[in-house]
Amino acid sequence: MKPAGSTDPLPAIIDKGGLQVLIDALIGGGFTVIAPRLTDGVIALDTITSVDHLPAGATDEQEAGYYRVHDGGGGRLFDYATTPQGWKRYLYPPEERLWQAKREGAGFAIVEERAPVPRYAFLGVRACDLRAIGILDAVFDHGRSAEPRYVARRDQALIIGVNCTRAGSTCFCTSMGTGPAVGTGADLVLTEFGDDAAPALLVEARSPAGRKVFARLGGRQAAAEDIEAADAAVAKAATMVTRHMATDAAAILKRNLEHREWAKVAQRCLGCANCTLVCPTCFCGSVEDTTDLTGATAARWRRWDSCFTSDFSYIHGGSIRRSGASRYRQWMTHKLSHWWQQFGSSGCVGCGRCITWCPVGIDITEQVRRIKDSEGGPH
Amino acid sequence: MARAKKPKLAVWKFASCDGCQLSLLDCEDELLAVAANVDIAHFPEATRAVIAGPYDLSLVEGSITTPDDAERIHKIRRRSKRLITIGACATAGGIQALRNFARIDDYINYVYARPEYIDTLAKSTPIHDHVWVDFELRGCPIDRFQLVEVINAFLNERRPNIPRYSQCVECKRSGAVCVMVSRGTLCLGPVTQAGCGNLCPPLGRGCYGCFGPMEAPNTMSLAGWFREKDTSADAVRDLFRTFNAGAAPFRKESEAHEQR
Repeated sequence: MKPAGSTDPLPAIIDKGGLQVLIDALIGGGFTVIAPRLTDGVIALDTITSVDHLPAGATDEQEAGYYRVHDGGGGRLFDYATTPQGWKRYLYPPEERLWQAKREGAGFAIVEERAPVPRYAFLGVRACDLRAIGILDAVFDHGRSAEPRYVARRDQALIIGVNCTRAGSTCFCTSMGTGPAVGTGADLVLTEFGDDAAPALLVEARSPAGRKVFARLGGRQAAAEDIEAADAAVAKAATMVTRHMATDAAAILKRNLEHREWAKVAQRCLGCANCTLVCPTCFCGSVEDTTDLTGATAARWRRWDSCFTSDFSYIHGGSIRRSGASRYRQWMTHKLSHWWQQFGSSGCVGCGRCITWCPVGIDITEQVRRIKDSEGGPH
Repeated sequence: MARAKKPKLAVWKFASCDGCQLSLLDCEDELLAVAANVDIAHFPEATRAVIAGPYDLSLVEGSITTPDDAERIHKIRRRSKRLITIGACATAGGIQALRNFARIDDYINYVYARPEYIDTLAKSTPIHDHVWVDFELRGCPIDRFQLVEVINAFLNERRPNIPRYSQCVECKRSGAVCVMVSRGTLCLGPVTQAGCGNLCPPLGRGCYGCFGPMEAPNTMSLAGWFREKDTSADAVRDLFRTFNAGAAPFRKESEAHEQR
């Protein structure tokens, strides 16, 4: 688990009390700690100040168009799959005022936005979601076209990953190569293992910022058996993954831009945009100009948008993607296929949110498989 | 900065409950700004003072349900440079469009002691069935922020920021949890236009569809999903048959689940 030649300290073992020490250290360091928390009957991301805010004993059940939380008893703090929404809303908020303009005589003056940049510690980032943040980095931290607000928030964020020790039924990280073990980009990584009532947490420091917090944690040094047990728990999660994305999805979609399946899925697709809004890598927004009644001030807002709305592809003369089929195809081919040309990776991390949170349970892995199967041949 | 020549605003009422025009009086902080920027020329619910037409902007509430009203709306259109309908009655016929699914005489005989005094049309119809409408503001009732936005856009000669996408977009932006997926609650959000200010789902209720059909409503898929989840045909029909029962996509879907 410890890469050769790394300057990272040996992993430590902490318990629930040790996690509180971590949370206190983060808050003391000026961070707002965001973590999974039981809210409105779901395990959603929220601000926490105590280890007791974590959903101890809670598990989730996810299926296409279905999500429920169950109380599994026990003391596990991370025994569930993905939260309804990812970390995107903290780094790239759903709604943001970009600037204002005030009328001055015949002209106008620009008023810049100078809101303080929040300093987030993300506690409990899953492997798929960490990969999603990496993808958003590629999208927004992109040379001349960098999005300064995203970059400012991202630069200040501390990421505490959690290796998955359980997979949900809509998860397919293993076929996207993104999980269940947390990859690069985390400052600290936790693995929960051992006794159900009082599980242990293996902590690894993986960055200078992570090592700084790690030094204050206490706990005991992990023994070889601890590391083995933690590794085994993560390996077990991989075996629990039941959904799979076709490995050659990009190529399959690229050669099937005209396919009867697009029209068929459009009969089911509500065009409601839920899949894109819960997707941790969908980054599309639109800008909207507002005025006050007198026309003395104007403001430009950026809001989350979606390729499923008809205004999104509206240009002079009308919307380009008029049919549900064309909108669904745009989303899926971008996500799985031409994202590679644009950003050098797939846009999908296998988190399964688009499957769980589609109100009518459309399954992106199933859609690819239908097209693939229609091609015939060995697979 | 008040304008030198203020546009004349008129508010007109047809078959309706007055809730939508009340939204204008409900604007509170914004109401003073609206009043400072327009001349309220005809608004009986707010003032007895009447300024003669023509009017720069007419807000029309209510549906057409009587022969007299079917005439009156043409006169109003002729005296209005811009005509905006406000609310589900004016844009879809309102809850009173339930009569469109029944025989009008049955209703009259059932409700009124002296049915012979009643002079009414067989159907409740939206304003756009009768005259050209420049913009339709949805809702039962309308959202006052959207109303101010439409007046604001009119005053500043810009396009109003009134989205036509689904309610789901608002839920997800606000972080509200999907009640359909997390509770199995019947919800019209995926086929309903956003704009109400996200009232029901954050409180754990499904969307009632007060803002009418979204831009491309796939009611058949949503209704099919409800039916698969053991919802009766009657319940699905009734779901689509409320304030926007007369809006074509909702009307067709409700008729598809009519037991004959």
